Amino acid sequence: MVQKDAQRLALFLLLMPFALWILLLIVLPHLGIGYLSIREKIGPRQYEFGPGNYIDFISEPIYWNTLLRTATMSVLVTVLTLFIGFPVAYYIAKVAGRRSRAGLFLLCLIPLWVSDLVRAFGWIVLLRETGVVSGFLQWTGLVSGPVEFLYNDAAVVIGLIYTVVLFMIVPIVSTLDGMDDALIEAGYNLGGSRWTVLRRIVIPYAMPGIVAGCIVVFMLTAGSYLTPILLGGKNSMWFTEQIYDQFITRYNWESGATFGVVLLAFTSFVVWLGLKLTGQNLANTVAKG
Amino acid sequence: MTDSRSPDLECLSLTKRFGAFTAVDDVSFEIPSGSFFSILGPSGCGKTTLMRMIAGFEEPASGDIRIKGKSVIGTPPNRRNVKMVFQHLALFPMMNVAENIAYGLRCRGADKAEITRRVGDVLERIGLPGVETKQIHQLSGGQKQRIAIARCMVLEPDVLLLDEPLGALDLKLRERMKIELKLLQHQFDTTFVYITHDQSEALVMSDRVAVMNAGRFEQIGTPQELYHAPATAFVAGFVGDSSRFSGRVEAGGTILLETGERITAAPRTGTVLPAGTTVDVFVRPDAVAARRPAELSGDAFNRIDGVLDSHLFNGAQSRALVRTGDGRMIEVGYPRPGSSENLAPGEAVALTFTPADTLCFAKKA
Ligand SMILES: Nc1ncnc2c1ncn2[C@@H]1O[C@H](COP(=O)(O)OP(=O)(O)OP(=O)(O)O)[C@@H](O)[C@H]1O
Ligand SMILES: [Mg+2]
Repeated sequence: MVQKDAQRLALFLLLMPFALWILLLIVLPHLGIGYLSIREKIGPRQYEFGPGNYIDFISEPIYWNTLLRTATMSVLVTVLTLFIGFPVAYYIAKVAGRRSRAGLFLLCLIPLWVSDLVRAFGWIVLLRETGVVSGFLQWTGLVSGPVEFLYNDAAVVIGLIYTVVLFMIVPIVSTLDGMDDALIEAGYNLGGSRWTVLRRIVIPYAMPGIVAGCIVVFMLTAGSYLTPILLGGKNSMWFTEQIYDQFITRYNWESGATFGVVLLAFTSFVVWLGLKLTGQNLANTVAKG
Repeated sequence: MTDSRSPDLECLSLTKRFGAFTAVDDVSFEIPSGSFFSILGPSGCGKTTLMRMIAGFEEPASGDIRIKGKSVIGTPPNRRNVKMVFQHLALFPMMNVAENIAYGLRCRGADKAEITRRVGDVLERIGLPGVETKQIHQLSGGQKQRIAIARCMVLEPDVLLLDEPLGALDLKLRERMKIELKLLQHQFDTTFVYITHDQSEALVMSDRVAVMNAGRFEQIGTPQELYHAPATAFVAGFVGDSSRFSGRVEAGGTILLETGERITAAPRTGTVLPAGTTVDVFVRPDAVAARRPAELSGDAFNRIDGVLDSHLFNGAQSRALVRTGDGRMIEVGYPRPGSSENLAPGEAVALTFTPADTLCFAKKA
């Protein structure tokens, strides 16, 4: 009896920091935001509860257009990241030798060694009108005058992919790492072509990693702020920018909170839709990944 | 098995190097159609490497591999009609049993109805009808084994390669699968090439066995030949149990053992050991009889004296342990005419064996 209590206490103490973290950093802020979002301002220091903020959001096309644009771009970034990340992950897990593997992995980590801000400025140095790429093209004579590569969607997409590709590679490497090479060889031995082996054996095996990577990448992209603003400039139209605007520039916390809730709900919906469309489920991913 | 059937698989001077290390060294053999061929050797001797070359996963440094008479050097693995059962089976965990078996058929572009029919067929033949929709992790070890074989056999390969497929099973199941494998081979009437480091597996199942050591084939022969007429000291020591003595050939052909006894060995064809050669002598436990010295009759036998140390009871494989003059322990096979069962530990005994059962090889320098 005493021992059981002691065990329970140990478990309680062990879970305490985690529970506190969840409560203080995730649950409470979201409750606060949810609370703010259903509070309508009807006069100075006068509030009442109602869905007014949400109605405002829906009735203003620029808001939900920005949201749709953010989601579409994030899906695009996720898909491109998958296409870039999967071969890299496959190479690291299955082709590279034991020794070069650690080095390659570290190489993937490099983008995370510098802060978001410095990284974005790195891209600016490369891509701006007077930047390295433009200068190089002029030097080779391919173009006659300076070219601006910044402040367009391509720059934003490239910058975002560079930032998040690691989060695609790591889960895929870890699932592929657990895959017995004999499975691939058996795939060939039984008559499969390269394409068949990839499609019917490697990808299904890596699916939990792929799903996990895609969810993380999509969420990170949709919620990112610095990269789209700095590389996309004023016309980047990223939804997080709208949220920032409401909170900081307009000092309209109610509306900012509403946008926050909408972003969370909408990205969750996109993830759910993605899982449904590809016939995957989250339980599978968590269990295997 | 008549020789008129052309060999299903032929290897000619096959060699494979990893850097400076030679893993497979000048190996040649041919396997007649429909036979059960085993490659037996200690761990690390190059068995898997040899098999991977046949399957096409490794490129040989030199030599030729012919399947049904046609060279397959340069043919990619998925174009060779050689199927392989992997050591850990490599069943696809994300597919169920039917999908696993259908995989190869689908790669060939067979149509749905035919796939269903043939999958059902092969499951029937391996004695597991109706397991189509089971997941791989729901199968027992022995069932997985049979599914892995079915997955290959449904493609009607020229040769089936098996790389220590029983290694992961527990002892009881292994014993059963040995017999089952042999029966399956008969049933499918396909050439099996079976890799193992377990000599009893090789002896029980095979029509012919190749003994491999350090990348080379030491001897190819029937299990009986390997057991009764080993060609080299390695084969004599590796195949079956034996007691080993060192000795020297004397003038006149007798052998003086380190234990002090003098014995004779029946000459093997093609070998003459000159006087002065140091030799290894092997004697099988079941060729040795332990008797009380008083009960000995005649002088036709080789004889080593010793003291019975203990009985090791193990059913049909029971042995008696005899301590010789120099303190070495020798195992003696047990029920045998003039059986040693009634001997008591501590009694002086004479070990006798015929010159024909005495296997003698020149020691390598
Ligand atoms: N890719 C490789 N690179 C270098 N050496 C290798 C490679 N593959 C195998 N070897 C070496 O070749 C030798 C034979 O290996 P192989 O796997 O064929 O042994 P094996 O007879 O199958 O042993 P086991 O019974 O333990 O499976 C070993 O000494 C091994 O170290
Ligand atoms: Mg091996």
